[in-house]
Amino acid sequence: MSEEPLFDPSLKKRKKKQVAFHEDPLGADADPTTPAPATIDDTTTNGDVVDMGPKTAHELMKANGDAGDAANGAEGAEKAEEDDLKAMFGDLKKKKKKKKDIPLDLEGDVSGTSTPIAAPAAPAAAATEDLDFSDMKKKKKKKVANFEAFEKELNDAKVKDDEDEDVPDGLPEEIDEAELGDDPFATGAGGAGVVSIDAGAEPWLKSDRDYTYPELLQRFYLQLHAANPALLNSSGKRYTIAPPQLAREGNKKTIFANVSDICRRMHRQPEHVIQYMFAEMGTTGSVDGSGRLVIKGRFQQKQVEHVLRRYIVEYVTCKTCKSPDTLLTKENRIFFLACESCGSRRSVNTIKTGFQAQVGKRSRNRTG
Amino acid sequence: MNVQNLAAFDPFADEGDPLGTDNDVGSQQNYIHIRIQQRNGRKTLTTLQGLPKEYDAKKLLKAFKKEFACNGTLVDDEEAGQVIQLQGDQRSKISTFLVEEGIPKATIKIHGF
Repeated sequence: MSEEPLFDPSLKKRKKKQVAFHEDPLGADADPTTPAPATIDDTTTNGDVVDMGPKTAHELMKANGDAGDAANGAEGAEKAEEDDLKAMFGDLKKKKKKKKDIPLDLEGDVSGTSTPIAAPAAPAAAATEDLDFSDMKKKKKKKVANFEAFEKELNDAKVKDDEDEDVPDGLPEEIDEAELGDDPFATGAGGAGVVSIDAGAEPWLKSDRDYTYPELLQRFYLQLHAANPALLNSSGKRYTIAPPQLAREGNKKTIFANVSDICRRMHRQPEHVIQYMFAEMGTTGSVDGSGRLVIKGRFQQKQVEHVLRRYIVEYVTCKTCKSPDTLLTKENRIFFLACESCGSRRSVNTIKTGFQAQVGKRSRNRTG
Repeated sequence: MNVQNLAAFDPFADEGDPLGTDNDVGSQQNYIHIRIQQRNGRKTLTTLQGLPKEYDAKKLLKAFKKEFACNGTLVDDEEAGQVIQLQGDQRSKISTFLVEEGIPKATIKIHGF
């Protein structure tokens, strides 16, 4: 959308640098599974797209996968990719340019979403997405959900992320290892749907056709997750918290009933959460006998939820790995957030109540 | 202080002091804070705190008042310095206004519900 003009110059530059690199694999594989023609038309109509197309990380990945198929027969996906890269470089001079259109539809999506997320920003988005209160009820029921459903959900989520990220991926510097690792997740799921491939039961074993990229990709991820089961749990788990239960007490006070429950879920001291909420909402209040929080002022559930969400982003989720599995400790008057899953440790902002304007009667203030 | 001396944790004594002052770590000094406060009924109050020195708060207030069609005032606070108060919930409007005037968005923090 509005960002595209900004991106253009860099894209052009990129093209000059990388044209040979990208086109080689495409030319080399001449893959029957992914025919190019229709897409070429699209790309030519708008020049920008042509430039961007082959440069996205996942395009690159895809190209790699295809070339890998052509080059090495039965090797694992990972290996194939590496070899592919080498083959690519070797073939560089011989190959003719060919365009691939895969990113096109993605671009359409991106223009729809209108929020291209740069690589550093993406985690934040993911984090906010993770904190989904609305899903809470569904989640509760599903707690016993089996592994497959879980994985499917995960894939879906990844697809969404991927579509968002794709435009920035087209930009120069961002094709790094992490991106390559992340991106294909989405494409695999999107392209192939969920095809269950067990080790040793790959569909291509019976025929001597070429492997499709999604198949190999799936194989790669199956192996990856088989080797590290922890990956699934850490990356796919959405962090959910019960929605705050609010009730009005009288006309001017709001009761936040399940604050202690929420604090327990977040593994935070209620005092800290309450302090943050009061500072953010610019109000005061107290905790009554049954552990409920009485907030001065009228607040709706949505508003409190919003504040909690920000609390979670700032004081619960690890800034490095997004894991909510963190500990908040105080040392020398500074709070530190230590992540249990990735081990990172960083200081967090102290909660400060800012300027409070005079609200209400002045005379009351003077006496109190 | 006594308590700190007693504490077992002190591998880097030098670091202790600068970290100890509230202004360094987790400080809110570099941020422009936009807050909201509830008044009676549906009324609210928006405060803008931490405006950089190079901006003239008085002129900014005038621009705000004209742009947002609301009243407002400038309050001197001993801690927060000059604070702009506006009537009503003007948080998002202030934010866009400031961003359009060239203040980086990362330095603006919107608080409230």
